[in-house]
Amino acid sequence: MTTEAGRFAPGTFTPAPGAGSPPRMLITHARTETMLTLRNGEQVLLTLLIPLALLVGLSLLDIIAMPEPRVDSVTPRIFALAVMSSAFTGQAIALGFDRRYGVLKRLAATALPRWLLVAGRVLGCLAVVTVQLLVLAAGAVLLGWSPSGVGLLWTVLLVVLGALAFGALGVLLGGALKAEVVLALANVVWFVLLLAGGIVVAADSLPPGMADVVRLLPSAALTDALTQTLADGSAPALSSVLTLVVWGAAAGLLATRTTKLV
Amino acid sequence: MNAPAVEVSGLVKTYRATTAVDGLDLRLDRGAVLALLGPNGAGKTTTVEVCEGFLGRDSGEVRVLGLDPATDGERLRPRIGVMPQGGGAYPGIRAAEMLSLVAACAADPLDPVWLIDVLGLGGCARTPYKRLSGGQQQRLSLACALVGRPELVFLDEPTAGMDPQARRLVWELVHALRADGVSVLLTTHLMEEAEALADHVVIIDHGRVVAEGSPSDLTADNPHEQQLRFRAKSGLDPALLVAALPEGCRVSEPTPGWYLVAGTVNPQVVSTVTAWCAQQGVLAEELQVGRRSLEDVFLELTGRELRS
Repeated sequence: MTTEAGRFAPGTFTPAPGAGSPPRMLITHARTETMLTLRNGEQVLLTLLIPLALLVGLSLLDIIAMPEPRVDSVTPRIFALAVMSSAFTGQAIALGFDRRYGVLKRLAATALPRWLLVAGRVLGCLAVVTVQLLVLAAGAVLLGWSPSGVGLLWTVLLVVLGALAFGALGVLLGGALKAEVVLALANVVWFVLLLAGGIVVAADSLPPGMADVVRLLPSAALTDALTQTLADGSAPALSSVLTLVVWGAAAGLLATRTTKLV
Repeated sequence: MNAPAVEVSGLVKTYRATTAVDGLDLRLDRGAVLALLGPNGAGKTTTVEVCEGFLGRDSGEVRVLGLDPATDGERLRPRIGVMPQGGGAYPGIRAAEMLSLVAACAADPLDPVWLIDVLGLGGCARTPYKRLSGGQQQRLSLACALVGRPELVFLDEPTAGMDPQARRLVWELVHALRADGVSVLLTTHLMEEAEALADHVVIIDHGRVVAEGSPSDLTADNPHEQQLRFRAKSGLDPALLVAALPEGCRVSEPTPGWYLVAGTVNPQVVSTVTAWCAQQGVLAEELQVGRRSLEDVFLELTGRELRS
């Protein structure tokens, strides 16, 4: 009993419970999510290095036919890819493994309300997307990118919308299946959408029947909308925006039913 | 304010075909320590998770600090500390970062740096969670349960995977919590732990309470009855020893090589046993006289066969 007195003075654990302030909980949670993503080597490869390599490669090499200047055509597509990489693939894989390691249950057991648990992840994801796009935009400028000013404003809106839609899909996948299955599926879907989902090859350049289907994918919708605003300087087509909204809303609703804590 | 820390009555929880908890009653008074003791699959974790609000229930009443965890979870959780079985943290987060995150969720947390240190995690504060040993993960999980200065803590198998020093530390912590007025509900399958820590032990099996009381209540079913146990080669005939002993003594070999003499154990009985062993040409080792242990009670109630 003497060691007890020595190690824990009486009154050390006297109860003083209560929830932290919501803004502080939100900021701490979002900062943790952001920091963990940026510290994870595989995530950085997926969200930053691959898009950067594709930006440089597609801008400088004449592999795929694109309107000149090539960098103006490539950059919106790379932005769409970056959003998909972070919000869908990155989020799905992180969530799959976070569940495996019991972190959702751990956090749900604290004073963190459920809405903050979701809001912290969304904010963390948006922070990572912001970092990505700033780095990619800097790279694009070095390659001679000249976006339309109006397009940049639209980009902010479209990127948030795209991140929410892809994020909802990522949570739908990562919240329901085993971590290994999530890892495999999230990468396969990423690769298929990159090549055949209207990102590298625009939906317009595909055979007519296939193009109509591909345009309904969130990847093509985001790519087309970003291309219209950044390269053409016009407002995005309503159909593209609606496509993203519908995917996001459907995935989000479904995810609230299927997402498991562990 | 005067509601018990935990009050459960008639709790039933089923998973598809299996009934995990089958009409369980439980009461933990403020500032007391309750140990939920039972073999694997007895329904301990299910009961705890229902109380924490992680699992719904099929029927029964549950009140935790006067609140219903199923409907009032968001008001309840800031007041409780939870150590889930097997811990929980981001795989890539450093130990100290995880504790700071959980601390940020509380109004008036303990100092995370001090807590990390006192739990012996100072040396691995910067180690990612997935590279901590099982025992270190458990201690981090315990720190997360305590950092918010809760009124009530749920510790689900708090010492699983810990070495003896760490287990001793957890015991000290539970004593300190109790001394400071924190209510503790812990699960364990270690009798020693329940005996050392709990004011009240509830033994459950197949989702039902099979016995409950203070450790001394449970082990003193019959105050006059004592036990003498010893180890010798297996296969001695208990009937021969019974014949040599005074009237009313019973002899059994509960596990091969361990013999149990139950009845009024006086010096005469002890000397008879050793003399009888000498006659048989065997040495009675680890001879011990005492009341039955919680382990005896537990095994009598829950059976001796192995559970998966």
